[in-house]
Amino acid sequence: MKLVTAIIKPFKLDDAREALSEVGVQGITVTEVKGFGRQKGHTELYRGAEYVVDFLPKVKVEVAVTDEQVEPVVEAIIKATSTGKIGDGKIFVYDLAQVVRIRTGETGADAL
Amino acid sequence: MKRLVRPLGQMGSVGILLFALFGIAWMAPSMAQEEGALPEGRVTAPEAEAPVVEEVPVVEEAVVEETAVAEEPSGPTLNSGDTAWMLTATALVLFMTVPGLALFYAGMVRAKNVLSVLMQCFAITSLVTVLWMVVGYSMAFDTTGMEKGVVNLFSFIGSLNKAFLEGVSRDSLTLTVPETVFMTFQMTFAIITPALIVGAFAERMKFSALLWFMGLWLLLVYAPIAHMVWSGDGALMWDWGVLDFAGGTVVHINAGIAGIVAALVLGKRKGFPTTAMPPHNLTLTVVGASMLWVGWFGFNAGSAVAADGNAGMAMAVTQIATATAALAWMFSEWLAHGKPSVLGIASGAVAGLVAITPASGTAGPMGALLIGVVAGTGCFLASTKLKRACGYDDSLDVFGVHAIGGIIGAILTGVCAGTLGGKGVTEGFTLGEQVIAQCKGVGMTIAYTGIMSFILLKLLDIIIGLRVTEDQETEGLDIALHDERGYSL
Repeated sequence: MKLVTAIIKPFKLDDAREALSEVGVQGITVTEVKGFGRQKGHTELYRGAEYVVDFLPKVKVEVAVTDEQVEPVVEAIIKATSTGKIGDGKIFVYDLAQVVRIRTGETGADAL
Repeated sequence: MKRLVRPLGQMGSVGILLFALFGIAWMAPSMAQEEGALPEGRVTAPEAEAPVVEEVPVVEEAVVEETAVAEEPSGPTLNSGDTAWMLTATALVLFMTVPGLALFYAGMVRAKNVLSVLMQCFAITSLVTVLWMVVGYSMAFDTTGMEKGVVNLFSFIGSLNKAFLEGVSRDSLTLTVPETVFMTFQMTFAIITPALIVGAFAERMKFSALLWFMGLWLLLVYAPIAHMVWSGDGALMWDWGVLDFAGGTVVHINAGIAGIVAALVLGKRKGFPTTAMPPHNLTLTVVGASMLWVGWFGFNAGSAVAADGNAGMAMAVTQIATATAALAWMFSEWLAHGKPSVLGIASGAVAGLVAITPASGTAGPMGALLIGVVAGTGCFLASTKLKRACGYDDSLDVFGVHAIGGIIGAILTGVCAGTLGGKGVTEGFTLGEQVIAQCKGVGMTIAYTGIMSFILLKLLDIIIGLRVTEDQETEGLDIALHDERGYSL
């Protein structure tokens, strides 16, 4: 099992959710996050006082999937969220040691 | 249930302030009668032969017109149309401070201090109301002992004959409206002026020190300046021929200069200017600025103290100058920084409102356009370039908008009274003489309020201290001084 974590542009969240449903993903976790990459921050200006905002708002989407699902899920996310411009975000894939469904106690792939 | 009661520190000192003021006020009428050349000078309405025209903040030409109308049926009579408008205008001006100005400022501070500025505006509103009733109104508007062309004590300050609103009854009239309405209308001006100063030292002043400063400043700075400019023949600046229809000197230069003095005496906020201190909620600021714009019709058109042509023109020029200044600031910023900003256009509107204030009784529409352009551009430069260059921490630009806007307005009032479709300069003046009179008014106000505010602040700093501790400043005044937070998200 793998955990796919995608950092994406906030306004692309709905597209990502739809695309993931289409490839059979049953659930995702979404967090509002801040950070910077190559896009860097931006400047804000209030009555002549300039501030550099280093951390930009992004959305982190986490999806737990079976090994076979990893490729279609990653592709679905790329397809749904890519704009071709700087700041589109990144996808990280981790090994997932265990999954438990709290209600039933099921474990492993059955709990996904 | 640990410690529910605070040590007396803050509350105690405030109590003493009020107590002392009450004490002074009690003693006052007798003292004033000894001093006053005309002990019976208190004018209470219907039987008063001379209408209390001197008390009205309108230009002299306007006064002549008003009295002509008012005197036809032997002595002043109440006009219900004028009264209805002045009741409305009074509510509008109060609306400018709470919630208008309070929100305007609240949005510009950091989230940890949002409640502190709201609290300061609200507390000032309450404190000034009581002080105005006790002695403020009398000190500003009582005309005992005043004589045209004679400079005496009463050219600077009113007697205390009207302390505790003595003699202000249901039947008292000021021009054609009840004196109660006039007194309350003026009270709302006395409220907003100290509240404006809050922006200069936002995010770092002790609340107890603020109450002390505002109470003393109202009585020792605002009341004398209002008296000198507005109380009629015999008042210092009135006799100089200074035109100030709705408060360019009395309200805006006064507050703006006190603001910059306070900002300098208190010192910069911790971390200024290296730490980012962006406004935490510009939505509140825009809502507040919009309320100020609406409320300002009461401020300017209400200063006619009548529902007449002067009020109508005051309303028109207020709208024109405000919109022009909003655009002027917006385009200036667009040119200078590449983008038009929301904070910029809202600030520009306030700058325009400030600058048209003294001129609203005398300028015509073309004058309003001129005042708007100069105020929008001038205040933009003062609040951005000048502030950066000098490095003072006038947190919310009280100096840049109110002092600079007020000075631009006060001087252009002279220009726009005599030209560009204005109503005319003070009788017997040339345009140049009027402009010189305006400059004298500006200079006198700056000198008086600058020196007095400095003395008051220094004294308070020595006695109780003006600033919160560094830790309190870091934590934010909401939690540190009020045990509350603005947002529980």
